Amino acid sequence: MADEALFLLLHNEMVAGVYKSAEQGEVENGRCITKLENMGFRVGQGLIERFTKDTARFKDELDIMKFICKDFWTTVFKKQIDNLRTNHQGIYVLQDNKFRLLTQMSAGKQYLEHASKYLAFTCGLIRGGLSNLGIKSIVTAEVSSMPACKFQVMIQKL
Amino acid sequence: MSRPVPRRPEYQKINKDLFVLTYGALVAQLCKDYEKDEDVNKYLDKMGYGIGTRLVEDFLARSCVRRCHSYSEITDIIAQVAFKMYLGVTPSVTCNNASRNEFSLILDKNPLSEFVEELPAGRSSLCYCNLLCGIIRGALEMVHLAADVTFLQDRLKGDSVTEIGITFLKQPNEKKYRRRK
Repeated sequence: MADEALFLLLHNEMVAGVYKSAEQGEVENGRCITKLENMGFRVGQGLIERFTKDTARFKDELDIMKFICKDFWTTVFKKQIDNLRTNHQGIYVLQDNKFRLLTQMSAGKQYLEHASKYLAFTCGLIRGGLSNLGIKSIVTAEVSSMPACKFQVMIQKL
Repeated sequence: MSRPVPRRPEYQKINKDLFVLTYGALVAQLCKDYEKDEDVNKYLDKMGYGIGTRLVEDFLARSCVRRCHSYSEITDIIAQVAFKMYLGVTPSVTCNNASRNEFSLILDKNPLSEFVEELPAGRSSLCYCNLLCGIIRGALEMVHLAADVTFLQDRLKGDSVTEIGITFLKQPNEKKYRRRK
């Protein structure tokens, strides 16, 4: 699907752009990940609204997480989440063994430290989607080996 | 799964929404970071340039277009193949001058500004879709064509259509592009 290429390229340019303006001293370094995450948050909110317009009501939290792993991930990244784990106390770990935004980078250790920059937007995407479904959460990501990555969702009970 | 799986066309629409929404979030963030409209426009153009230089390879790989022999052929291909492939719209092409190196792409419906009602207050000279100009400019440069791409009319600024103007700049050794007799 041709649209995918556009989004991938736009995402990469966004990450590069945010970090370049940080380098030039216009913005502090730590704010870059926050910026990207906030952009992802806003997009996630909008996307989930359009997506769940006609779907049935979700039974519970687990149902929502399954929706994110299957339908949402399939639409955005063309594949499902490979593994969902939970401790049934509000922590979910979503594992994607071939994350679309990382497949374009070489699969060795070379760019491992930079990989987290490319996950910030997606963390925001998940957090925004959940937020508009009524769930407040904190989403973090880690990469142990390219292109596999894990997103950890911590549900915040109000 | 107990829920019925939604049909494919809906999914594709949402996929396009992803790009449009991301672009909107990007412009919103840039408006927060930069006070002057020209800075935002320049940044979007530079970003688009970076995207265009890579997108053209993807484009050439997917569409099997043959070598073009004139500027108007190139503009037709951009309008009818590239725009259709990536944005799902086909702008109409007009030629603006007799020496046939200035063209306009006229878009009735601009998919990038689908969710934009109006430009924010105080941002009247913001070219919301300046990314497109950068993309076209970057893509053309990768195939060794220098061009100036700007917005001539913008629906968001009150005009009736959105018009992108492409001016092909003269190459130092233009002999290469003339057809052999």
